[in-house]
Amino acid sequence: MAASRDDIKFLSNPNLGQKRKKYCRFRKFGIKYIDYKDPDFLLQFVNEQGKILPRRITGNSLKYQRRVSTAVKRARHLALLPYVTDLLK
Amino acid sequence: MRNYEVTFIVDPVLSGDEIKATAQKYVDQLQSSGCSIVHVDEMGLRQLAYEIDNRHSGYYYSVEFQSSAGGDFLVPIELNMRRDDRIMRFLTIKLDKYGVKYNDDKRQGLIGKVKRKRKNEPEAAPVAAKPKAGKQPHQPDNLKRIEGVGPKIAEVLRGAGITTFSKLASMKSDEIKDVLIAAGDRFSFQDPTTWPAQADLAAKGEWDKLKKWQEDLKGGRVAGGDEEE
Repeated sequence: MAASRDDIKFLSNPNLGQKRKKYCRFRKFGIKYIDYKDPDFLLQFVNEQGKILPRRITGNSLKYQRRVSTAVKRARHLALLPYVTDLLK
Repeated sequence: MRNYEVTFIVDPVLSGDEIKATAQKYVDQLQSSGCSIVHVDEMGLRQLAYEIDNRHSGYYYSVEFQSSAGGDFLVPIELNMRRDDRIMRFLTIKLDKYGVKYNDDKRQGLIGKVKRKRKNEPEAAPVAAKPKAGKQPHQPDNLKRIEGVGPKIAEVLRGAGITTFSKLASMKSDEIKDVLIAAGDRFSFQDPTTWPAQADLAAKGEWDKLKKWQEDLKGGRVAGGDEEE
């Protein structure tokens, strides 16, 4: 890693521009079921207005993105998550 | 045999007995239509995310049940719920095998496993830590007491022969970094700068000092300016 070298001094952190690889957390941690009764967990997949975040941001695989979206929609029906709101987070 | 789960919200204006009676009514109705009840989960009073019928909170129930009949048995039950003023919302879903397993694990307290593990270990830690604070350098220390070191990293360090605070204190942060990098990508972003100093305090048994300092640290990093003595 370049950052651990002492003889080169960078003006800015050389790791700053690097993108971290996105991954699907459900695949990585082996989560098979997404509970619609757990709004605190589902909060990670909606934005401040309560809209479902796209895959390109969450990094979910297609399979689990579908399950996330059904879980969020179920939670909305049961008033565990709002349909529309502001300042959710 | 299929597994289902019905979640419904009971009007919170009713008295506690009435709420229970309402839930019980539907449980009984399910049973009489040939379902076997797996579990009735009383989720309790919750704030609603939006207003329903001028109510801001509701009493949640979730009933998991099995049935071998086709979905038709649900029609009269759902019709009753729809007609019932006391039920504000309901949702019936079919559970797949993972859902069944999840509910099972949840009941046994296996969901949120990580938290439980952490609770167990600090209990064992002070007992092990105290006698060694005097002099027994060969007994392994609980490295997790150093902020920034979690159970995984402690394992990595142990694998590299770093088992005691004094050993960790004698290392330079660069050396620790090399160990972490060797252990894989997941660990390489850790910042071990403060670990030797933390370990030094721990090795001397100055827990109070260490604790005070750790409050200033953020995930094992120096938060603001230099707070090191």
